[in-house]
Amino acid sequence: MPGHDSAREIYRQALPVIGVSLIAGLFAGTILGSETMRANIAEVPGLLLLLPAFLATRGGVYGSLGARLSTGLSFLNGMTVSVFIAVVTYLALVLFGDGGSLFQLVGVMVVAGFLSAVLMITVLIAVIFVGYRRGLDPDNVIGPVVTTLGDVFGVLFLLVGVSVVGAVS
Amino acid sequence: MTEPESPAVDEWSIRRIVGTMIPLLAALSVLQLVSGTVLETYEKVLLQYPALLVLVPVQIGTAGNLASITCSRLTTQLYLGTYEFSPSNPALRANAAAVFGLAATVFGAVGVAAWAIGVALGGSLVLGRVLTISLVSGMLLAVLVVVASVVAVEASYRVGLNPDDTTIPVVTNLCDIAGVLILFGVVSVVL
Repeated sequence: MPGHDSAREIYRQALPVIGVSLIAGLFAGTILGSETMRANIAEVPGLLLLLPAFLATRGGVYGSLGARLSTGLSFLNGMTVSVFIAVVTYLALVLFGDGGSLFQLVGVMVVAGFLSAVLMITVLIAVIFVGYRRGLDPDNVIGPVVTTLGDVFGVLFLLVGVSVVGAVS
Repeated sequence: MTEPESPAVDEWSIRRIVGTMIPLLAALSVLQLVSGTVLETYEKVLLQYPALLVLVPVQIGTAGNLASITCSRLTTQLYLGTYEFSPSNPALRANAAAVFGLAATVFGAVGVAAWAIGVALGGSLVLGRVLTISLVSGMLLAVLVVVASVVAVEASYRVGLNPDDTTIPVVTNLCDIAGVLILFGVVSVVL
C-alpha cells in the first residue's frame, strides 16, 4: 500500500535507485570536472550560467512525462525550453557585459536539447514498462531515473554540442 | 472551458498540459539562471578545485531525486486520502524520516567520492573539507526538500492545480537553485 509505507520501507526502496543516480551523478561530475570540460567552461562564456537551467529542464520536462505519458509533447517542450534558455542566457550575458555569442549558445542548446530529448524519451518508455512488469512503484523509481539520466547525458551532450558548434563555425 | 469534452479527457488535453507546463518551465529556467550566476561567480574556484565541480551535478541531482520522490509520494497520498497537512500525520512523518536517512547516507558517500575524483582530476582539497561541505549542505538541503514538498503539494491542492503537473517541476527546480546557493554558502564558510 503506497499510502502506508514506513520510513524504513521508503528508505529501502529508494536507496538503490538513489545510489544508482548517485553514481551517475558522479559520472556527470567527472565529465564536468575533466580537463576538456574545464577548458570549454573557460572558453565558452555562458556555459556555466546555463548549466543549472539546462540540467533542471530535463528533470522538469521528462519528470512529468513519467507522471503522464505524452511523448511528442515532451519532445516539443524540451526543445522549446532549451532554445529559450540559450536566448535568456545570452541576454543575461549581454546585461552583465560578459559578451558571448547567441549563435554559439543556441547551437549548443539545440544539439544538446535534441540529443537528450531522443534519449530521454526512449529510455523513459522502456523504464516505465520494465518497472511496471517488475512490480516497482513508479513513484519511487521514475523521478530518480529521469534526473539521473538527464544529468549524465545532459553534461555529455553539452560537451558534444560545444564541439559540434565549434566544428561548424 | 466550454468544450464538449468530459472533464477527465480535458484534464489530459494537450492544450492544458502545454498551457501549464511551458510558462512554468520558462519561468523556472529564468530562475535557474540565479544559480547559474552563482556558478559563474565561483568559476575560478570551481576550475581550481575539480572536487567542487564534481559536487555540483551530484548535489543538484540528489536534491532533485529526493524532492521528486517526496512530491510523488505526497501527491499519491493526497489522492489516496492518507495525506494531511499536519506534523503528526504518519505518512508525512515517514516521508520526512526517509528523506533525512537517505540524505545522510548519500551525502556522506558523495563527499568521499567527490574527494577521490577531485584528487584523480588533479585537485588538492583534503577529505575532511569535501566531506564537511557535502554533508552540511546535504542535510540543509534535506530540510528544504521536506518543507518545500509539503508546501508545494498543499499550495497546489488549495489553488486547484494538479500537483502531478506543478509540484515536481517547482520543487526540483527550487531545490536545484537552493542546492547551488547552499553548496556555495557552505563552500565560502569552509574554504
